[in-house]
Amino acid sequence: MEARMLTLRYFARLRENFGVDSEQVVLPAEVKDVAGLSRWLRDRGGLWAEELAPGRPVRVAVNHHMAGDATAVADGDEVAFFPPVTGG
Amino acid sequence: MTVRVQTQDFDVGAEIARLRGDPKVGAIASFVGLCRDVNDGEAVAGMSLEHYPGMTERALEDIVAKARSRWDLIEVSVVHRVGPLKPTDQIVLVVVSSAHRGEAFAACEFIMDYLKTQAPFWKKEDTPTGSRWVDARESDDHAAGRWKTGKG
Repeated sequence: MEARMLTLRYFARLRENFGVDSEQVVLPAEVKDVAGLSRWLRDRGGLWAEELAPGRPVRVAVNHHMAGDATAVADGDEVAFFPPVTGG
Repeated sequence: MTVRVQTQDFDVGAEIARLRGDPKVGAIASFVGLCRDVNDGEAVAGMSLEHYPGMTERALEDIVAKARSRWDLIEVSVVHRVGPLKPTDQIVLVVVSSAHRGEAFAACEFIMDYLKTQAPFWKKEDTPTGSRWVDARESDDHAAGRWKTGKG
């Protein structure tokens, strides 16, 4: 299988706590959806495990559309992690 | 439809005047959201608004499209500011024109309720004890949720 590249984006509290606003990652074969991606990022430990723990209020968008745990991730996608929104 | 995300202030009068040109317009409703000097019992000296360029515009356009599918609207403008803001500053403007007031009032409120829960903006407030990210309010989810009965 060809390597799958994803662009990850982080906003607001997550951007600050992770100390990064964007990164390119090569996905391992077992990561197929948002839930798998979150699990994989949690394995980094520390604040990653804490902020992305199940039950934490984190929203995910895939290619600028709000996504759920079951939303598939594919080569070239942009996946963003952020807290619930507070505009207006 | 006009959707703008910008750091600079906006002129409410000019935005409303722009929608008056069409003689089919019988009603214009507008909403302006402002930066306050207090939140959750703490003084707020100012705030900074972050957003997700690209997704923000798309989310606002989707919300306006939803409103248009629900009510007979003539024109809709949404302007949202980002960057540093201080108390009394304008944050957001929604202007809706229609033939009659009912559609304009309802659509204006609908757009704001959805914007508060769907558009990727985040507020960080400066308080005497330091800066803090504003938590999303459950009441905003309820406000958006009540439009789910009925169509759309």
